Order: sequence, then C-alpha cells, then structure tokens
Amino acid sequence: MTEHDRNAAAYWSANLRLIIGSLIIWALVSYGFGILLRPMLSGITVGGTDIGFWFAQQGSILTFIALIFFYAWRMNKLDKEFGLSEE
Amino acid sequence: MSQFAINLIFVGGSFALYIAIAIWARAGSTKEFYVAGGGVHPVMNGMATAADWMSAASFISMAGLIAAGGYANSTYLMGWTGGYVLLAMLLAPYLRKFGKFTVPEFIGDRFYSKHARFVAVACLIIASVTYVIGQMTGAGVAFSRFLEVENNTGLIIAGVVVFFYAVLGGMKGITYTQVAQYVVLIVAYTIPAVFISLQLTGNFLPPLGLFSNHVESGIPLLQKLDMVVRDLGFVDYTADVSNKLNMVLFTLSLMIGTAGLPHVIIRFFTVPKVSDARWSAGWALVFIAILYLTAPAVASMARLNLLTTIYPAGPTADAIQYAERPDWIKNWEQTGLIKFEDKNGDGRIQLYNDSAAFKATADERGWNGNELTVNNDILVLANPEIANLPGWVVGLIAAGGLAAALSTAAGLLLAISSAISHDLIKGSINPNISEKGELLAARISMAVAIVVATWLGMNPPGFAAQVVALAFGIAAASIFPALMMGIFSKRVNNKGAIAGMLAGLLSTVIYIFLFLGWFFIPGTAMLANTPDNWLLGISPLSFGAVGAMINFIVAFAVSSATEAPPARIQELVESVRYPKGAGAATDH
Repeated sequence: MTEHDRNAAAYWSANLRLIIGSLIIWALVSYGFGILLRPMLSGITVGGTDIGFWFAQQGSILTFIALIFFYAWRMNKLDKEFGLSEE
Repeated sequence: MSQFAINLIFVGGSFALYIAIAIWARAGSTKEFYVAGGGVHPVMNGMATAADWMSAASFISMAGLIAAGGYANSTYLMGWTGGYVLLAMLLAPYLRKFGKFTVPEFIGDRFYSKHARFVAVACLIIASVTYVIGQMTGAGVAFSRFLEVENNTGLIIAGVVVFFYAVLGGMKGITYTQVAQYVVLIVAYTIPAVFISLQLTGNFLPPLGLFSNHVESGIPLLQKLDMVVRDLGFVDYTADVSNKLNMVLFTLSLMIGTAGLPHVIIRFFTVPKVSDARWSAGWALVFIAILYLTAPAVASMARLNLLTTIYPAGPTADAIQYAERPDWIKNWEQTGLIKFEDKNGDGRIQLYNDSAAFKATADERGWNGNELTVNNDILVLANPEIANLPGWVVGLIAAGGLAAALSTAAGLLLAISSAISHDLIKGSINPNISEKGELLAARISMAVAIVVATWLGMNPPGFAAQVVALAFGIAAASIFPALMMGIFSKRVNNKGAIAGMLAGLLSTVIYIFLFLGWFFIPGTAMLANTPDNWLLGISPLSFGAVGAMINFIVAFAVSSATEAPPARIQELVESVRYPKGAGAATDH
C-alpha cells in the first residue's frame, strides 16, 4: 500500500464514520421520536400535543436540514485535510 | 371583476413570466440551456431543484391528505424531506464526480453492461410514468376548478397544456425559469397560510401557529381540532397509529425513492464542483422545507375551517342549511369533486364519520349517513375560499398549483423521452439513428406518455400524492439500491445488479398491481385494497422499502456467487469516492 492509498483509505473511512453517525440521528428523529418511540415520549408536551407529533410534523425536517449542512461542512473540510479536494 | 377573470390573469401572468425569462435566458447563453445549473450558485441551484421537486403532490394534494389523516399522514412530511439526507451523503457527490448526465448511463458504466442500462431505463420509465399520472390528477383538479368545468374536462385540458409546455423543451432546463416558478409557488402557498394562521391563532408564522392557542376558544389549536373531529365520530387528529411497521416502511419508501428519482439526481450531476453538490442538497431542502413546514399548519387549519363552515354553531349543534351553503361549495360542486346528497331529507349538510362506532350518536341526532363527500385533493386550492380570503389570493394559489404540477410533469416527460430516444434507441436498439429521428422518437414517446397518463388520470389509483408515492416506491425498489451499491461496494457485479433491480422492480410493481389494478387499468385489481389483504399489513404505498431490501439481498447473493467486477471497474468505483480530479460534466 502506498502512502497515497493509505491516505485515500483513511479519507474514505472518515467519510463512512460521518455518514453512519449522521444516519443514526436521521433515523432517531424520524423513525424513532416521530414514529416508534412516540408512545414513550407522550409525557412531554409541545403546544397542545406530544413531542412525537412535533418531531413527525416539524422536528425531523429541521434536523434533516441541520444534518446536511453539518455533513457538507465537515466533508468539505476533510477534502482539504486529506488533500483530496478539487482545487 | 369575476373570480374567473382574476384566475385567468394570475395563471396567464405567471406563464408569461416564465416564457419571458426563458427567452431572455436563451438569448443570454446557449450553454446554460443544456447544462442546467452549470456555473450557478448552490443557493440558486437549490431553489431550482426545489421547484423541480415540488409537484402537484406536494402543493395541491399533500396537505389535504394530512388534513384527512392527521398524524398518520406525517409520513409524507418526513418521507419527502428525509430523502435529501440520503441524497447528500450517499449519492449526489459521487455521481457528480462520475460526471455523466443520466442515471442509466452511470448504471450502464458501473455495471459494465448494456443490459443493466436497459433495465435501468425500464425502471426509470415505469417510475416516471406513474409519477406523471399523479401530476395529471393534480393539474386536472386545478384546471377543472379555475376554468369552472367538470373534472375530466379539466384533466384533458391539463394534458394538452402539459404537452405544449414540455415540447417547448429547454424552458425546463433553464435554472432562472425554475427559480421564478419556485418563487410563484412558494408565495402562493404561504400567503393564504399566513392569513389563515393569523385568523385562527393570531400568529403570522403558520408553523408556529400550528402549536399555538386557538384564538376563539383559548385552548391549543390541535386540542380544539381533536375535540371537533371527535364530536363528529372521526379519529383524533393527533391520534397515534397502530400499524407502526407500515408507517415506518412507508416513510422509508418515500425517503429512498426521493434519492432514486432520476429527475432529482440529474440536478446534482451538473453543479460546478463536488463540494457544491453537497451544499446544493442542503439548500434544496431549505427551500423545500418552507413549504413542508407550512403544509401541516395548512392541513390542520383547513380541516378546522371546513368543519366550522359546516357546523357554524359547533359540531354538537345543527349543521348549515344546504340552501345557505357558501359559494366555494357551489364552485367546487361544478367540478364534481364535492358531492352533496340529502340522505335524511332535512335540508342540512351533515358531514361526519359514518362508522359503526358512531352509529348510535348519528341515529340519535337523526342523521342517515354522511352527506358531503369532499375530495382530499381540493383542500389546498379551496383553502383561501373556505377562509374567505380576497379573490387575488384565490387566483394566486391557482397559479402556484399549476406551476408546481406543470414544471414537474414537463421535467418528467423530458426524462422519459430522453430515456427512450437516447438511452434506449440510440444506446442499444439503433445506434445509427439520425438526430432528426432521435428528436422524433422523443416527441412521440412524450405524446404517448401524456395520453396514457391522462387516460389513467381519469380513474387514478389514488389521490395525487398517493399516486406519486407509488412512483417513489418503484424508484426506491429499483434505482436507489443499484446506485448505492455501485458507489459503496466494489464487489457487486453486472449480474448481481441486474438481478437485484429486476427482483426489486418486479416484486414492487406486482404487489402494487395486485391491489390497484394491472398497469393501473381500472377494474383489473385482483385483491381489494384493504389492510386485511395486505401482506403483514404493508400497504402497496409502503412496499417500495421491502422491494429495496429484496433488491439489496438478491444483488449481494448473486454477486458473491459469481466473479468479481474487472479491475478497471474497481478503479472507477475508487475514483468516484474522491473529489480530486473532477472535471466538468461531460456531454453524451
């Protein structure tokens, strides 16, 4: 394995770790809080209903936006750190 | 001025605007005409992607379904936004690095097989035609109301308009036209919502209004709504669902379908840089979210307003007299999308849930069945009228709804026609076809797709958003897994990909056709579309997620039993993973 290959492999596994972490949050807010865990969280109320309803109709969408911008920011930084960015 | 004239001015004015921008932009640069989004800032590209993406399903139909289903239909909200997370992380940057223009091209190259490309074309066409049926359904509703004609007439008019709109061709590819369409549709969607939110909750931001107090009663809006619907025998608006498996799978189908639909993916092929592909997905979701955060507020408020119109003195008092019904009901009756039948002969409009559990109460009140049938797809369009907003708001929402339906339908028709003429005919059947012949084939396939979609749109297999959801299920089961495996696995080979796509596609369409009719032809369904008949309670709308899993499993199984892809393909996979060295997207 050359130095270049090792660098590329490290970049790719950093990317995969970031994706997996982000997708855990992605699944947690929508499938978790919004659907499956809703009954467990019914004690927490928001504006006349429970927090599960809020996550299903608003919270998950807001989280998705934050996730994409976080990922884009981190990856564009990683591109540069590993010397793999386009410029 | 009559409402009819106002509608014509708004719809005509918005179309004139798009055409003017198209002509101006075309004169400015011909390159821009071909490479939509090339050299355009990610924010602008995000806005254009949002316009491309939000169709009649999002604009016209979705809030109506949420209004009717309450919490249970939150799936549409999560499903049609969560897919962008997958796009941004799993597909967009790598496909941009790959640097070709069409999805079948990537699949054909990565799986080094013309057959794989051919199967991808078939998946793309089936998903896109289904999607167009949904657009036609929505556009038909909009035209029938605003031209004050019967629904099927509206549908045919929509077909003719879509045809000319799509044949104008390049208009669709021009980013600034789409930016204008986005502005028209988002303004049209949010203005009535702001007014209604102010009326009901005193909060001018609809997403906050949804969780605020109802001004008249002083209790939270959602609690008020729950009480009103309960008094009429409906399930609580915020009630939880019992079949969580189906809800999860439905949401998953919509999410991975989003990331598998060719007309969305194409937008990320043409951004200037790999890093821009990531930002563009984020900005697209921001602009989409403006509508998606407003929609649940529109849904709950419209439901409450509708029931308040029918029961002015509250749901436990008498309903209004049919003779005194408001104008909007009269207007929509002309389209056949609202129907009234005075079952108990008392001259009043009883709107309630005709269920066994509510029968005792209904009998006691002298009701003899639900008397008003309201098509879910009219709710967003009728919303300003229900809330007594001025005529120009009604005209504005007409323009917005048509912008949403027509821009997406035209985009899909272009995707279908280029798949047939470029990928199918030129790519495999007859590589020597002349440019003229290719163009003719494109026009013919476009016309055939419109005729088929219009005809099937007369008896659609569901409301606009549901039909579109089926298209997402098909894309989820066939295209998304092939793309993802193409990037994240070096081991999946041509045989695995083809077997996987076919298994995913066939299992999903067969499951859908069993319940909704073969090729959606009315009267050919083999099983009643009820939860009792569904496999493990999984509805045809949700089956795409299962199809995707079948696709992954079959592809891995077949690949591991056969040889590994050649070294050059493994190098190709390696190269799409790193942004360095991405050139401009190359032409076909």
